[in-house]
Amino acid sequence: MEIKLKINGISKDITIKEGEYLQSALKRLGFLNVRKGCETGSCGLCTVLLDGKPTLSCSTLAVRGIKKEITTLEGESVEVAKFAEVLTDEGADQCGYCSPGFTLTVIAMKRELESPTTDEIKHYLTGNLCRCTGYMGQLRAVKKYMEVK
Amino acid sequence: MFTIKQHLMAQSIEEGYETLVKNRNNLILGGTAFLRLGNKNINIGIDLSNLELDYIREDENNIEIGPMTTFRSIETNKLLKENFDGIVAESVEEIVGIQLRSVITAGATVASKYGFSDFITALLSLDTHIELYKGGVMSLETYLAEEKVPKDILVRIIIKKDGKKAAFKTMRNSKSDYAILNCAVSNLGGEYRIAVGARPGRAVVKIINNDELMNNIEAVVDEMKFGTNMRASGEYRKMIAKVLIRRCIEEVK
Repeated sequence: MEIKLKINGISKDITIKEGEYLQSALKRLGFLNVRKGCETGSCGLCTVLLDGKPTLSCSTLAVRGIKKEITTLEGESVEVAKFAEVLTDEGADQCGYCSPGFTLTVIAMKRELESPTTDEIKHYLTGNLCRCTGYMGQLRAVKKYMEVK
Repeated sequence: MFTIKQHLMAQSIEEGYETLVKNRNNLILGGTAFLRLGNKNINIGIDLSNLELDYIREDENNIEIGPMTTFRSIETNKLLKENFDGIVAESVEEIVGIQLRSVITAGATVASKYGFSDFITALLSLDTHIELYKGGVMSLETYLAEEKVPKDILVRIIIKKDGKKAAFKTMRNSKSDYAILNCAVSNLGGEYRIAVGARPGRAVVKIINNDELMNNIEAVVDEMKFGTNMRASGEYRKMIAKVLIRRCIEEVK
């Protein structure tokens, strides 16, 4: 079926299969940083923002993206650059495979939570799996980026 | 992964229902996060996301939750945080991550009677009714008691605002993992509703009175069946259940 998706502010026409998920539709449109990880909805790698909310694109039917603002990493270049800088400063970036989904979630968190505690940050970021860094460096980077102690 | 022949964006609940009963392989689509882990062959997938069924609202007597409301909305909703000591919101907050909770829906969890549901446990401890499009209004307990999932559409979840005190406890090996067991207890004027979920079967509820309370936790738990799966044995669950129930009761006494 033919559908229209608005991605990073630009309308795109795409033909999807019945029951196709947003992750694979976005990948076909060339958004290669919308990753596929666990295939069970547990890892957060495929996260995109739907109307600003972090959402698993691997578990969201592509048709549910119609009439919504879909944001991928490319749509947040300013914030992404800011966060990438603190993340690399803390030595928390290794293979980078989880970075797109993680980064988008952090950006959404900054907009949603006002001066969160460490526990609130952890709660928001649970479900973003990274196998390289052990999370401590990431947490330091997130706190710096959020400007909280 | 499931396959789906045709996707129908229903224009009304009536259209959704007509399509649902036409073929046994037609199915209502909720968030589809759990559905995709199986391998069903779906003839027509019926999508209710255009019908404004995503809401949490209150009137004088009840709080109503629309079936397409996501767990993330339930978790952050002010009404649900302020009523029933916040247990409805609390019951969903450790389910995987917020990205998944932004996808999964209240209606799919309740209508499908999933055994792992933390949310159903919280609802069962309260005075909760559901409304089916054809089947009408019934208590959640009655709905769950019937083995089959009916060919019908869940249109509303209705929780009575009767001032119950309530508590919810869950046991997980780690945050965001599936629950090994969860438990919710409410108290209104000495009548205690004790709900236990992730047994690992469907959640169940027992009602006891204040005067028979403390001696009776043992008896309540003895009447419930606890099963074994890869997370825990039935025996272990039974022991955990006694502890969680006692802790909940301490909070609502």
